[in-house]
Amino acid sequence: MDLMRYSALSVFLNALRGNKSWGPAWRAPEPKPHYDVVIVGGGGHGLATAYYLAKEFGITNVAVLEKGWLGSGNIGRNTTIIRSNYLLDGNEPFYEFSLKLWEGLEQDFNFNAMVSQRGVLNLFHSDAQRDAYTRRGNAMLLQGADAQLLDRDEVRAMVPFLGFDSARFPIQGGLLQRRGGTVRHDAVAWGYARGADRRGVDIIQNCEVTGIRRKNGRVVGVETSKGFIGCGKLALTAAGNSTTVARMADIALPIDSHVLQAFVSEGLKPFIDNVVTFGAGHFYISQSDKGGLVFGGDIDGYNSYAQRGNLAAVEHVMEAGTAMIPGLSRIRVLRSWGGIMDMSMDGSPIIDRTHIDNLYLNAGWCYGGFKATPASGWCTAHLVANDAPHPTAAAFRLDRFKRGYLIDENGGGAQPNLH
Amino acid sequence: MASLITCPHCGVRPKEEFTIRGDASVTRPSPEADGEVWHAYVHLRDNPRGLHKEYWHHTSGCRRWLVVTRDTVSHDVIDVSDAGALA
Ligand SMILES: Cc1cc2nc3c(=O)[nH]c(=O)nc-3n(C[C@H](O)[C@H](O)[C@H](O)COP(=O)(O)OP(=O)(O)OC[C@H]3O[C@@H](n4cnc5c(N)ncnc54)[C@H](O)[C@@H]3O)c2cc1C
Ligand SMILES: [Zn+2]
Repeated sequence: MDLMRYSALSVFLNALRGNKSWGPAWRAPEPKPHYDVVIVGGGGHGLATAYYLAKEFGITNVAVLEKGWLGSGNIGRNTTIIRSNYLLDGNEPFYEFSLKLWEGLEQDFNFNAMVSQRGVLNLFHSDAQRDAYTRRGNAMLLQGADAQLLDRDEVRAMVPFLGFDSARFPIQGGLLQRRGGTVRHDAVAWGYARGADRRGVDIIQNCEVTGIRRKNGRVVGVETSKGFIGCGKLALTAAGNSTTVARMADIALPIDSHVLQAFVSEGLKPFIDNVVTFGAGHFYISQSDKGGLVFGGDIDGYNSYAQRGNLAAVEHVMEAGTAMIPGLSRIRVLRSWGGIMDMSMDGSPIIDRTHIDNLYLNAGWCYGGFKATPASGWCTAHLVANDAPHPTAAAFRLDRFKRGYLIDENGGGAQPNLH
Repeated sequence: MASLITCPHCGVRPKEEFTIRGDASVTRPSPEADGEVWHAYVHLRDNPRGLHKEYWHHTSGCRRWLVVTRDTVSHDVIDVSDAGALA
């Protein structure tokens, strides 16, 4: 039997052999001179694209080129929240497609990603905000997602320790998506990597792409720290570095790179069962299975490639957190870190072809790209394989900015640091 | 570090006093300019890894617009000037 297929039996049989027969989860191949498809960036989206290209679209002569190690980017830095609670038509069907893929993902790629549908609760604090969340909930129901409006007492029954009676931001209720939750983020990278590798995809780490070589208006391959690698088609999935990589093909993007910080507390006994987000400031929190509270807030607000932020944002997050949960003030923060994200001009992503025939772009994921990972991979693979967009991603066009078809969930305008 | 900005009018001030507008290298086109030119001005950014000139508004201070030259990798602030003086 295939001992590398994870199952209760394989755990048992490997245990009998003293756990000496486990192989590495994926190979470490040297690059071949040419692939049908090369993917730049081995984060969640690049690995998921490779996996679905091989599994759903039968394209297996594929390489994923990652400049660092798998999980070194945002896939290993995010606060792991998944949900499909968007308002706009361009977004909601896509995120609901993604949530459905999450629901079957672990069986599909045979890896325990700890998908936990513990519910995502968005608090509201005013009549106007309740109306806005009612509208959002209805939009979600129309697209086949689940949504439930809770009043104050129902929220209190779920999370009794919130600051309900705050004079400035009293909690009036919340919009609950029970199917939302959290997923172990780095296991998502590993699961997709292993699944893609087993279907023949070469995952090449420590391989930085430094140039995109073109001939007669088409991409012929990429210059890398491991030499030239030829390709039939090239897909860019470089998350916070999308503008840097796209510039190698002389493409300017409607994107600025920004740093978002996240925090983990000391381990506590079970405290918060769900994901809860504040409606009066940017703050979201959940509890990991190890007991640490995982939380975050807003981006720092200035262009950054530093993967670390500054104290002003730290203070802001702590203030918002203690306003929502007064008891947080007694909890110690263990560590914090930052990740660099593409902040797009309307806060929504891009999955599209470019003016170069065989160059495909996946970019602009802002804060929300982790939950999008399965659908983003599927839709990017669909685009690369068929040269046509997947129906749920058809609005994520690169030219929508020029044409005026922006997908601006919060109405922030063309100001990346406000999305 | 971008936590402190030396305003040419007010001296060293914390970041929280400022509103960050972003890229100061783009120039507003004339109203008659082509749609492409307006698109580039409103949406497209260089987003450099390294030195970046950006507009910061000293909202809770002198209310002047400043141009901050900052390194996006180290967060070092290289220069802060009044935007009016550069125009
Ligand atoms: C602190 C934080 C919290 C977040 N919380 C959430 C959340 O709760 N829910 C949610 O949905 N989203 C969240 N996000 C957003 C989400 O993490 C990202 O949108 C998403 O992970 C981006 O896609 P990715 O996984 O492919 O990115 P990455 O993992 O960053 O992958 C991109 C990869 O490209 C590589 N690369 C870049 N340039 C090159 C090059 N020249 N050559 C080769 N490789 C290159 C990078 O090294 C990197 O590994 C959060 C982000 C941060 C930073
Ligand atoms: Zn000033």
